[in-house]
Amino acid sequence: MELVLAVIVGGLYAAGIYLMMRRNIVKLIIGLVLLSHGANLLIFASGGLTRAQSPLIAKDGHVLAPGSADPLPQALILTAIVISFAVTAFMLVLVHRTHQEAATDDLDALTTTDR
Amino acid sequence: MLIAVLSGFALALIAPSLHRLTHKRTGFLVGLLPLGLCVYFVRLASGLDADVAPVRETLAWVPSLGLSLSFTADGLSLLFAALISGIGFLVAIYSGGYLDNHPQLGRWYAYLLMFMASMLGVVLSSNLLAIFVFWELTSISSYLLIGFFHEEEDSRKAALQALLVTGLGGVAMLAGFVLLGRVGGSFEVHELAAGAGLIRGDPLYLPMLLLILAGAFTKSAQFPFHVWLPSAMAAPTPASAYLHSSTMVKAGIFLLARLFPVLGGTPAWTAVVMPVGAITMVFGAYVAMRQNILKKLLAYSTVSALGAMTMLLGMGTDGAVKAAVAFLFAHALYKAALFLAAGIIDHETGERDVRRLGGLARALPITAAGAAAAGLSMAGIPLLFGFVAKEIFYEAALHGPDGWAAALTTAAVVSSMFFVAAAACVAYRPFFGAATETPKRPHEAPASMWLGPALLGAGSLAFGVFPGWIGEGLLNHSASAALGKSVDLHLRLWHGFTPVLGLSAVTLLGGVAAYAVRPRFTAALATVHRGCDAIGPQRWYDGALNGMLVVAKLQTKVLQNGYLRHYLAVILITLVGLSGSVLLTHVKEIRKHVIDSLVIAWETVEFYELGLAVILIIAIAAAVHSRTRLAAIAALGVVGYGVALVFVLFGAPDLAMTQIVIETLTVILFVLVFYHLPPFAIYANRISRARDLLLATSVGVVMGVLTLVATATQAYPTISSYYGEMSYDLAHGRNVVNVILVDFRALDTMGEITVLTVAGVGAFALLKLRLGARSRGDEEGSS
Amino acid sequence: MSSLILRTATRYIQPILVLFSVFLLLAGHNEPGGGFAGGLVAAAAYTLYAIAYGVEEARRLLYVSPQGLAGAGLLAAAGSGIPSLLYGKPFMTGLWHEGDVPGFGEIAVGTPLLFDVGVYLAVIGVTLSIVLNLAEEE
Repeated sequence: MELVLAVIVGGLYAAGIYLMMRRNIVKLIIGLVLLSHGANLLIFASGGLTRAQSPLIAKDGHVLAPGSADPLPQALILTAIVISFAVTAFMLVLVHRTHQEAATDDLDALTTTDR
Repeated sequence: MLIAVLSGFALALIAPSLHRLTHKRTGFLVGLLPLGLCVYFVRLASGLDADVAPVRETLAWVPSLGLSLSFTADGLSLLFAALISGIGFLVAIYSGGYLDNHPQLGRWYAYLLMFMASMLGVVLSSNLLAIFVFWELTSISSYLLIGFFHEEEDSRKAALQALLVTGLGGVAMLAGFVLLGRVGGSFEVHELAAGAGLIRGDPLYLPMLLLILAGAFTKSAQFPFHVWLPSAMAAPTPASAYLHSSTMVKAGIFLLARLFPVLGGTPAWTAVVMPVGAITMVFGAYVAMRQNILKKLLAYSTVSALGAMTMLLGMGTDGAVKAAVAFLFAHALYKAALFLAAGIIDHETGERDVRRLGGLARALPITAAGAAAAGLSMAGIPLLFGFVAKEIFYEAALHGPDGWAAALTTAAVVSSMFFVAAAACVAYRPFFGAATETPKRPHEAPASMWLGPALLGAGSLAFGVFPGWIGEGLLNHSASAALGKSVDLHLRLWHGFTPVLGLSAVTLLGGVAAYAVRPRFTAALATVHRGCDAIGPQRWYDGALNGMLVVAKLQTKVLQNGYLRHYLAVILITLVGLSGSVLLTHVKEIRKHVIDSLVIAWETVEFYELGLAVILIIAIAAAVHSRTRLAAIAALGVVGYGVALVFVLFGAPDLAMTQIVIETLTVILFVLVFYHLPPFAIYANRISRARDLLLATSVGVVMGVLTLVATATQAYPTISSYYGEMSYDLAHGRNVVNVILVDFRALDTMGEITVLTVAGVGAFALLKLRLGARSRGDEEGSS
Repeated sequence: MSSLILRTATRYIQPILVLFSVFLLLAGHNEPGGGFAGGLVAAAAYTLYAIAYGVEEARRLLYVSPQGLAGAGLLAAAGSGIPSLLYGKPFMTGLWHEGDVPGFGEIAVGTPLLFDVGVYLAVIGVTLSIVLNLAEEE
């Protein structure tokens, strides 16, 4: 599965970056969302993949059973997901306001602050 | 001694508030500190004994760097310290009169005291790194002093020039110090002096010497770094008097003398220091003679005097070092007096050009007397200390290194002739002869102002008549400290009829002649001088500065061009280049690894996992390719849920849950915003799309391979097992992920929810605060 | 956007979702869940309500302003670090009180719970602050 995941990560990065280099500000945001998915999966994969063993300590145990998924990358990704959501939301609001003020979604039309 | 140095900084802090309380008396109050310090240093100096090691105090500062606040009270440092504090006292009082009603006089005292304290730090420190720290502090505080009239462009430019030139030199000097410290194994000067032989034999000797000399030469305004000094005349006169007589510029001389026992006396030292000094001496004296503005004239004569001292230290014979010390003392006395007198003339008459000044002696008798004594000392007339100093200067030049004696003596005599002429311009011309009309009607300056020239002039006379007072004591110890061995300095007013006396007579006659032909001579050569100025070092400085601006503009234009995708491209190309090249060096292992994992994948991948991957890839492609926003959002949603499924499959239920809710909310947000936006337009042409696609694909490939490598390698042992073992026992939680978030790494999470809140507040502000709309509305309303 | 089915369904689903989010928050220490997931679910519940009944109604149902909620969350999370200072331990060291509650069995209450509540509130506050304000932009 590592290989499959690597392909997905590569695809997410490639697509994200391609979209981020577009002039359309909306595509930029979509690209950023894809990129953060890619980063999350990269961290997830680098922690090692284990099928279906959640990092939960069993009811009768005191320590995490060996072979469980690595909890640390998961903790990192959890906050990353929420933060990238907040950033995406902020950017969406920014785009919304930019469009209201400047009436364009072309980044090249936004190169100066004067109007 | 630590207190002596730090007290200046402390008083600088409260000086502005003090000035608010005491107004006119601040100068005297503030002057008490340097006066006290001067007395302290003189007392220390009188206790010096050639047979007893000088007093040292050490206080560790940053021991790991070898940086300590260690102070040494030997003859050299005490000579400088006494001059700095003594003249500092006079200047502090003087500025009370000179800057009488200046609104920022309080700040002025703060700068002045800070500068004085930094200078004391330089001369008293015996740790190279501490010297550097104080050295840079003098650069900074002199920047503030020179640029005190910051409303004027000239002042700002001059201050910046002084800072840049001396600052760059300081950086070179630091590099030299570091080399010296590494080679010598210590940053303490006396320890380095003990190992001087080893240091001089080291292959790094020459680079370190040149670097340190760069620092000394820039500070002491040696040709061609002298440009900052004449420009710095834009400073208020008290600052010029202080910086250019006894302090700032002497710091370079001090450094040469201080490091002489460590680095000096080698052929390389002589070959660099002596010619530079000699050239500076002659050049400065010549240029000084053709100046008409009082302060400029004094500035160039200062350059020349510094050249003389540098030359003497470069010669490195016992006699030369003794002469350097004596000359330094003489110069400090007369130059400070002349600067202060020039300030008084400017202050009282409003005129700075010598050609339009005359007969001021009647109006300013005390100033005239002080200036006359100082001028005679500068010209080297008997009975004044300048004469004594010049005698042993000539003596040293006559006994210079083999083959150089004649040239050096000629240079010394010629520049001394110009000195006579320059001294006449400053101290004779304005005060005697026919009175002239000046913008202001002159009358004697307040006592606070004439005290300086009067005392210093009297000093020149007193030490001139009885040179033994200081010659046998402080100057002797000072020369011994610079040479690193005990020497005897005998200063006498009368040496008998020696060749040196003959040279003095020639100098005087030549000087008077030079003064007489000066106006015609400068007029005749005006075009030549202009031509020289046009290609002189000031132009080099301007050129370098402009060049820097051009480069800065260019690189801003290229790198900071405002196009996000260009920034992105630079970053990504770097990423692909760096990681790609590393990956390429391991291409064999990676290829094997890829084939291995292909085999493993073939054997182990479940069909639903493969299906999920296919769906994800299709959704990604759709998100890129979709022509309508709604389709793009839908594809994005599919990607998000697909990622959530990956989390489900590989044991991350928390992530999956979070991802699913987030995805839902994201889609809602996208719909809310996109509802108002126009349909997608394609802005880029085919070529740039292909180019971006290429770049994006290569990044994707690199990241994919990186993922594969990352899953297979573990460079460091993981810390996860600790969390797994401690989660329940320490933190009472079975969900290790949550325990990490809210307990083990709670502070990180705190930061994260803070970021979250900031984003929320930002979005809220963007939506609710319509500042732009409101101001535009106002404009429309008013028009 | 006012479909009768949606409105009717929302009336029942929304409280259940909020309840579920509280469950996620409390169970999160031992089972999947926690403040982040719980907060997001709650935010989704109110967003659903806003879609069905309009932003005004959703704000009324929420009772406090989302910004206030976010601030309170931050405060609670930061405040959870202070008790440990009183015990002379570093800021944000977890403190626990264990006890037997009849009917529940052994239960442990500690400052990390308060911290998680803070996270929960902050996430709700921030998410709703953006969603509701953006939805009002018509």
